[in-house]
Amino acid sequence: MGFWEQLNAFHLDVLREIGNIGAGNAATALAAMLNQRINMSVPRAGVLPLKEIPNLIGQEEDPVACVEFGVTGRAPGKIMFLLTQESAFFLIDFLLGQPLGTTRRLDDMGISVLTEVGNILSGSFLTAFAEFCKLEFIPSVPAFAFDMLGAVLSSAFLEGGYFADQALVVETQFYSPETQISGYFFLIPEENALGVIMESLGMKI
Amino acid sequence: MEDIKVGIGEWKIAREPQRLITLGLGSCVGVALYDRRAAIGGLAHVMLPDSKQFAEITNRAKFADLAIPDLVEEMLRWGARRENIIAKIAGGARMFSSADHRLTTLNIGERNAAMVLKVLETLKIPVVGQDTGGNYGRTMILDTASGKVFIRTLGRPLREI
Repeated sequence: MGFWEQLNAFHLDVLREIGNIGAGNAATALAAMLNQRINMSVPRAGVLPLKEIPNLIGQEEDPVACVEFGVTGRAPGKIMFLLTQESAFFLIDFLLGQPLGTTRRLDDMGISVLTEVGNILSGSFLTAFAEFCKLEFIPSVPAFAFDMLGAVLSSAFLEGGYFADQALVVETQFYSPETQISGYFFLIPEENALGVIMESLGMKI
Repeated sequence: MEDIKVGIGEWKIAREPQRLITLGLGSCVGVALYDRRAAIGGLAHVMLPDSKQFAEITNRAKFADLAIPDLVEEMLRWGARRENIIAKIAGGARMFSSADHRLTTLNIGERNAAMVLKVLETLKIPVVGQDTGGNYGRTMILDTASGKVFIRTLGRPLREI
């Protein structure tokens, strides 16, 4: 029996809870940054074939911005933060204090803004995750891409050295009830991380 | 008629007048093979260069070194002739920019494109069109009626290679 097949509903519940705590903390950081309310969906967790992961978000050719971090420590993995093009441009205008609608294409300044937002939000996610599990996580420097959803997501895995056919994905959507901000947090624990996470919470896989 | 979609880590074959399409190639490489006389086309969306680096292979179509020979064999079964097959390739980009040395040394896109070219050379299939590298995603469309291959990228008009 493959490793992923040992995952049961209970494990997925635990992962959803980690998604909830991590994304909750990140959403709070985003809300503080924007001074507005940020809502969050109930996290989804599951093992998915790589090619189905874009379907969680939209169509393969939809333009998205993605900030990605490799996470090392006893429970290694990957954390990603994705924004629709509309949200990305909104965030840039908002944080640079420009009239909304100023950003029409991404430049170096825009990339810096989004990478920094990604940095702060991923940091918040990992801090909450680390406190909950009593584990230490060390994020890599961020990697950034803005392009078609399909190209961005597949490359986030392949360029990051993740070559398996499927991945364990914990996904949470966040959105603002007032503006067009909408995005996603992804936590992708590596195979060997799951046992460490469960053990740290006093459970066995 | 609806285009036939080729997913990531898949290949498919079609006859005139159908079109094959694969969406959002990033570091992956799209390989379009075409026999003009038979009007048969094949399109592969390969993810990794070399299957020999992996102990267990669950999907042959994922690897350049296995997908391309498999696709050629199947095209021959469909009635294509080996000496008539030509190739056009696209993709192999580096999508993420980072100060992280690990990401810059891996450059999986470049390795994918290099392996695809090597495999095609071994199979003596001429590469008559190529749009690889860069840092942007590509959608690739093969029209089996004409053998034309079109590339779509964000914010740029459709172009033929």
